[in-house]
Amino acid sequence: MTDTAPLVRFVGVGKTFDGRAWAVRALDLDIRRGEFLTLLGPSGSGKSTTLAMLAGFETPSVGDILLDGVPITRTPPHRRDFGVVFQNYALFPHLDVAANVAYPLDVRGVARDAQRRQVDAALAMVQLDGLGARRVQQLSGGQQQRVALARALVFSPRMVLMDEPLGALDKQLREHMQIELKALHRQLGVTFVYVTHDQSEALTMSDRVAVFDAGRVQQVDRVDRLYEAPASRFVAGFVGDSTQIPGTVAARETTDPPGTLRLAVGGAAPTLRGVDAEALPVGSAAVGCIRPERIEVLTAAPADATDTLAARVVDRVYFGDHLRLRCALVGLPDAPVATVKRPLDHAAVANAGASVWLRFPPAHLRLHA
Amino acid sequence: MTPPAVDAPTLARAVRRERRRRTAGGLLLVAPLLVFLGLTLLLPIGTLLARAVHDPQVATALPATAQALDAWDRVAPLPDAARVALQRDLLAATDDARIGGVARRLNGDVPGARSLVMGTWRALHHDPAAAGFDPTAPRAAALEAFDARWADPAVWIAIARNAAAFNPDDLLAAVDLRRDAQGGIARVPADESAFGRILARTLGVSAAVTALCLLLGYPLAWWISTLPPQRAALAMIAVLLPFWTSVLVRAAAWVVLLQREGLVNQALIAAGVIAEPLALIFNRTGVVISMTHVLLPFMVLPLLAAMRAVPPTLMRAAVSLGSPPLQAFVRVWMPQTRAGVAAGVLLVFILALGYYVTPALLGGADDQMLSYYVARYANVEIDWGMACALAVVLLAATLVLYTLYRRVARDTVLGA
Ligand SMILES: Nc1ncnc2c1ncn2[C@@H]1O[C@H](COP(=O)(O)OP(=O)(O)O)[C@@H](O)[C@H]1O
Ligand SMILES: [Mg+2]
Repeated sequence: MTDTAPLVRFVGVGKTFDGRAWAVRALDLDIRRGEFLTLLGPSGSGKSTTLAMLAGFETPSVGDILLDGVPITRTPPHRRDFGVVFQNYALFPHLDVAANVAYPLDVRGVARDAQRRQVDAALAMVQLDGLGARRVQQLSGGQQQRVALARALVFSPRMVLMDEPLGALDKQLREHMQIELKALHRQLGVTFVYVTHDQSEALTMSDRVAVFDAGRVQQVDRVDRLYEAPASRFVAGFVGDSTQIPGTVAARETTDPPGTLRLAVGGAAPTLRGVDAEALPVGSAAVGCIRPERIEVLTAAPADATDTLAARVVDRVYFGDHLRLRCALVGLPDAPVATVKRPLDHAAVANAGASVWLRFPPAHLRLHA
Repeated sequence: MTPPAVDAPTLARAVRRERRRRTAGGLLLVAPLLVFLGLTLLLPIGTLLARAVHDPQVATALPATAQALDAWDRVAPLPDAARVALQRDLLAATDDARIGGVARRLNGDVPGARSLVMGTWRALHHDPAAAGFDPTAPRAAALEAFDARWADPAVWIAIARNAAAFNPDDLLAAVDLRRDAQGGIARVPADESAFGRILARTLGVSAAVTALCLLLGYPLAWWISTLPPQRAALAMIAVLLPFWTSVLVRAAAWVVLLQREGLVNQALIAAGVIAEPLALIFNRTGVVISMTHVLLPFMVLPLLAAMRAVPPTLMRAAVSLGSPPLQAFVRVWMPQTRAGVAAGVLLVFILALGYYVTPALLGGADDQMLSYYVARYANVEIDWGMACALAVVLLAATLVLYTLYRRVARDTVLGA
């Protein structure tokens, strides 16, 4: 077994609870040794079901899960050696903090004094030194989640699985815990599989992200690739903000640069050039997607109107570190709204009602089906 | 803006005033309930306690005698005033049922006292002169002249005892104690003692029923807690069915099932498990079976409530941490249901302590519980003092057990 071989492979895994609808379908997914992989997707997209199959709480209806090349599809959860952290913490209320953390060691028959040493080390790792004798109900939500984390790590599991572990915490604490989790992952080198519906959380922590929609994995990629080169319209819309302009593929450019399509957006507006993200045939319906920070704002009609559309500012939203303009593309049917990100001190920031021109750089406008 | 300056005592006074106002408001709201409870609970229990140590029967029938005997120390010679007072009282008593009651009561203490009292009363009312009595000016010596048994101090001691304002005899008898002639307290001889055994039997049957209810109810409640809501509702109806059936119908059903020629015995014989029919009814077995059946819902309901409140992720967490399912169930899941177990055990045990109808219908003579004797003394023996004394013992036993239990339950449920 080489170091590059994946730790876990999902091979054609599907799960249905009622025999009709697939909660997860045709899942092929590799989890690499030591990586921080996040399963990201909207509610009901099958993330938790996937994690539950990995943990052994649910059995796949079809397909196999391999751990180091060995099928574990039917291995019961208590023989998998995975640490699991739940959203509601799932601490044992009848045991104190130390006994909670010692539980996995105790069921493995670790000697008492070794247990105590390992529990102390695990509590220190999550910065809860000296709280071992507390009852779990006496701890704050953040502290309870740390105890759950210590309990899932203390027995040196082969992998740590977390299902929305920070979902119940307030924003500030959540962001703080994200940084700590990331640091912990770097320090321990254990494989983390993390479930969340929060795309910013996924981008902050992960090495790679698997984006789920309706039971299907849409894209598995590094976070920067996911943001810069989303594989589908769903990913473009779900990961980060993006403006979507519907239209039709009018032509394929052969020269300038190759692979560029022309998108006819309707009305009298000029066509826009963009990157072909999905090998679209000419004549098919397509949507141009672009990140808010990539759109350029012009306050006067440009001499060269290539890739430029007229718009009217609908409102400006103050974000503290930047401004966002929401602009209606007035020349287009239904006047779709584009979101533009501007620095606070930008000279050309326009007020609501002003007429502007938006330029969409062809390298950053990606065309999806 | 700074708040207006207020000194601490003024602030404390304001807080106290506010709290008082709230308390008063609350009391006003529960006042009707308090009155209701006072009339229907505290008053009867108070009467019961009083009745257990004071029976007005003798004192009201023989008021003058009671007064004359009040000062007597039961050792010195009997004052003549008492002999005169008794004749006056018997002459004044026209209701023979009332005198009959007194006579029966005294007969319980001194065998033969009944015929003595009734004979004297009849003689006084029919032909006093012939019997040597003078109704207008009773003479002290006339009683002993009429019947020599009046010379026996035991008869007078019995009258004095039963007429006294405070008479602990019934209460003592209920715990197998009695006062000897000198007023000292002694154990009732083993062959005469009964109530100690009955109390032990009551506690024993209740404990057995509670244990059986827990043994049967725990898996049942667990099973129901795993069902989807609609099926769980159906299962609950099945559990609650005995609740909605009359006690008599239930008892009759158990007779049909458990008697010598009943369904259970026939089935067991047909299956070749036993050769002779088992005695399942009109004995302890029948009482325990039917009481368990009736009380099972009181165990299942609190258990179910506790089990439904256990988060399902706890089992998943325990299993993921390396526990096989059974170990996870015992070490993590079951401890979460302790409060439900505590509530169910308490409820069933205390209800079982007071059971009357079921043992009366399905038990033998040796299976009757304390409440049966309360009813018996109240309805058959017409001895309210004894009935109340037994009820007080039952109440006291319940309170003592409850207090002990609270202490134990607090330590196990809330403690570390
Ligand atoms: N135990 C279950 N029984 C029936 N359906 C379920 C069960 N768990 C999940 N599902 C269904 O499977 C789909 C995926 O659910 P889930 O994996 O929990 O999504 P996510 O975690 O992404 O929000 C949903 O449609 C959900 O209703
Ligand atoms: Mg989920």
